[in-house]
Amino acid sequence: MSTVTIDKSGPTRKVKYGSMSRDRAWALRWSYFFLVLFAVFSLTPPFYMLITSLKSSAEISAATNPWWVYHPTLENYLGLLTSNQFLRFFWNSAWVSIIVVTITMLISVPAAFALARMKFWGSATLATGVFLTYLIPDTLLFIPLFKMFAVFGDWTGIQLINRWYVLLLVYPTLTVPFCTWIMIGYFASIPKELDEAAIIDGASWFQTLTRIFIPVALPGLIAATIFAFTVSWAQFLYPLVFTTSTDQLVLPVGIITTLIKGDVFNWGQIMTGALLGAAPPLIIYAFLMDYYIAGLTAGATKG
Amino acid sequence: MADVTLRKVVKRYDDVEAVRGIDLDIADHEFVVLVGPSGCGKSTTLRMIAGLEDISDGDIMIGGDVVNDVPPKDRDIAMVFQNYALYPHMTVAENMSFGLRLKHYPKAEIKSRVTEAARMLDITDLIDRKPKQLSGGQRQRVAMGRAIVRNPKVFLFDEPLSNLDAKLRVQMRIEIKKVHQKVRTTTVYVTHDQVEAMTLADRVVVMNHGRIEQIGTPNELYHKPATRFVASFIGSPAMNFVPCRLEDVAGKLNVRLTDRLAFPLPPARAARYGSLPRTDKLLLGIRPEHVMEARPHAEPGIEPFDAVLDVTEPMGMETLVYFTLEGSQVCGRVNPNAGAQDGSPLRLAVDLNNMHLLNEVTGAVL
Amino acid sequence: MVDVTFQPNRVAGSQARKRGGMRNALRRKSTVAFVMTLPLILLILILVVYPAFYSLHLATLNKSMAKFVGFGNFEFLFRRDTFWLVVKQSCIFAISAVIFKALIGFIVAHFVHNVPAKKQRKWRGMLLVPWVIPPAMSTLAWLWLFDPSYSAFNYTLSFLGIGPIPWTGDAAWARFSVILVNVWYGAPFFMIMYLAALKSVPEQLYEAAAIDGANWWQRIWYVTLPMMRNIIAITTLFSLIVTFANFDIVRILTAGGPLDHTHIFATWAFRVGIEGSDVPLGASVSLFMVPILAIAAVFILRDISKRGNEA
Repeated sequence: MSTVTIDKSGPTRKVKYGSMSRDRAWALRWSYFFLVLFAVFSLTPPFYMLITSLKSSAEISAATNPWWVYHPTLENYLGLLTSNQFLRFFWNSAWVSIIVVTITMLISVPAAFALARMKFWGSATLATGVFLTYLIPDTLLFIPLFKMFAVFGDWTGIQLINRWYVLLLVYPTLTVPFCTWIMIGYFASIPKELDEAAIIDGASWFQTLTRIFIPVALPGLIAATIFAFTVSWAQFLYPLVFTTSTDQLVLPVGIITTLIKGDVFNWGQIMTGALLGAAPPLIIYAFLMDYYIAGLTAGATKG
Repeated sequence: MADVTLRKVVKRYDDVEAVRGIDLDIADHEFVVLVGPSGCGKSTTLRMIAGLEDISDGDIMIGGDVVNDVPPKDRDIAMVFQNYALYPHMTVAENMSFGLRLKHYPKAEIKSRVTEAARMLDITDLIDRKPKQLSGGQRQRVAMGRAIVRNPKVFLFDEPLSNLDAKLRVQMRIEIKKVHQKVRTTTVYVTHDQVEAMTLADRVVVMNHGRIEQIGTPNELYHKPATRFVASFIGSPAMNFVPCRLEDVAGKLNVRLTDRLAFPLPPARAARYGSLPRTDKLLLGIRPEHVMEARPHAEPGIEPFDAVLDVTEPMGMETLVYFTLEGSQVCGRVNPNAGAQDGSPLRLAVDLNNMHLLNEVTGAVL
Repeated sequence: MVDVTFQPNRVAGSQARKRGGMRNALRRKSTVAFVMTLPLILLILILVVYPAFYSLHLATLNKSMAKFVGFGNFEFLFRRDTFWLVVKQSCIFAISAVIFKALIGFIVAHFVHNVPAKKQRKWRGMLLVPWVIPPAMSTLAWLWLFDPSYSAFNYTLSFLGIGPIPWTGDAAWARFSVILVNVWYGAPFFMIMYLAALKSVPEQLYEAAAIDGANWWQRIWYVTLPMMRNIIAITTLFSLIVTFANFDIVRILTAGGPLDHTHIFATWAFRVGIEGSDVPLGASVSLFMVPILAIAAVFILRDISKRGNEA
């Protein structure tokens, strides 16, 4: 009924309505067009990794259409996954990342709790300091750290350079500040009454942390864990500087230093290695995308 | 079960005194409500009893023991918060039993206490749900259940009904009262809502600016307020205050409101106010229900007068009428059939048997 | 029973005990808090603050680290053309990469925001992939895409009659490639941040603006941008730091070549300090990042605290 009246009373209005929805539809079409374009741009390198990893050396050097696999083969995967050296890199990476994640959580969660809830002398300054530390890049510190560890080795006889466990010392400098910072944000968003209720219920500070704060801030904790893991897994500069023997290398450095032999590039294996190296973060991302994104945006939106 | 005593309790934040020396004796089983406007120190007082705030000066005793240095968990208290403060990751049963589990009570004991509390609060069906799945009223019940299972010496309520809508608030008010009748635990309850205070309390403590204005039963506060603050804070619509002075006319004591309006005081009142200096600036305090439509026959102490109504508010069972006397707005409650209309004159009557006289400068009720 | 014996004591001594007790409680609480933050403090002091100052010390030594040379390393650097080339390239690299990342991120975020809410997740998921892959790994793929003899890009472009392009072989193209890869890697981060900011702008503001007669462009200019200003500032400054200090992409893609034409501070510091074994000179080079990083950090801190105040 009402549509009829509108049609009769005001033709101009009808035109407006039509143009509005037509604008919308066009905007949507353009959006999709550009999104497809950007998605192609984003996914080309990983797609190309996959394509190349399925090719034999012969097919790669045959200069056929590079975007297509004519004779798919798993020989690159088999080659790498049966290579002790490559598996060694993988395990080194896995161990380093898992231990670093554990260390990071053990340091940053209690610290964040103290900074968010137990105001003490200098706590505000320390929180700011934590954030500033997060802004200090690895490229500023690798030279003094390298020298420090060398001197430390000379003094104490404890050799840190060229040992994989040196990474357990340096990676936390990259992960702890950010994880502490976002955990402060998550903890601070928990209503004050909740810890007061816990205190009245008879919980100690430690119990408040473990039984109330950690479960309630679990999404934040997962986001921080993902962050710590991906940073440890992806770190390239520190292992490149601090480790050289092939049995001490982690995956990214291992692939680059051992698969690239002089000028001979075994691209099939390199791309396979790169894809396997990218797989753990990608798998985590695929399953925990929302936590991943929450952690990414938390640094600027919390705090 | 225990009594609670506050002796000259002071709370200072840097150089601001939030609570300025409070003396209060709360008997065992008593339900005491601290009421006052925001910032009057009532919540701070409650939090000091709970042990969530340090005491700057004075003593707090629970069951005869000074608890100034005792941490909250050892004070044997339970608290219900305004936003309920339910642990979001625990079920209702886990929420209620958290305190008992921390104290390592036997499982069977915990279970029976939780079941009992849940039954009392009618939340047995909700016992396995998470707080997120509950309505506001249900969360409120769980918060109370968490307090009840602890079987503490004292219940502390910090504005527990403020987050509920008006209808639910009335319902939960009754629930709280029922629970208190059953468990008889000493209760300190903080609210800014004077209706809540009046309906729940054995005794009401009216606070203002960090001090206690008056302590008394709801009826005492309503009928015998000690100060202008209490008189205006308790009761809705609030008490009317009209500037006035006393004058002697032909051996009788009159209260003069305007040049044209003066009422003779009833004998009891005349005797009480007779000694006051006639020059004092005074306020006539009169509750709206004591300003009503004029009756056909005269009654002692009820004096008729004419007023031009500014606004009328029909409430159904009564109509509120507003008019102006000497620049002061006055509210009266008349029968809906009295013919009150916006802007029209109406013959009203004031019941001086229930009047109050206040010193305009000190605010004291005389 | 205990009650009875302690009763008089308790009341009488309360005044004196109370002060001490409260201070004790406070001391206990801050002690616990201090213990909880101690590992964090030690980590920062030993592995961040100390090396930072150690770096300053190192920069004043000669190559064998036996002699104090004061500003000798810096004087040496100022006289070398390569150093000025690195300064120029670092600035070009960081500024152009950040601008393109910010622009592309902003545009893509808008397109994602335009799409019906149910499909946004899928698009967001695909578009963030470059940020998820470890940059060292993805740069290898780019290196292969840019391969002088087998470049898949050149293969494709040859159908259009273009090329072959010397992606990493020519100084200008190599600079372009390095920036391209950095933009590819970093734009998704901007996209995600902007998308979060876009979602936080209340719909009523757009409706109010539409009723006030604002067109599409005016809505962006007067509503979206002011509401997102803080996030844009923080993200841009943060990205500036990260991009300026970048190492992985340049190192793997060009290793600074051809002829040092793509070196930035980090890669050159690595070349000089680690590969060239001149630790003091490397430290001096990396110290040149500090001023820019410090300025950006100050502004970020200001914006973050501003956000805190608004909230």
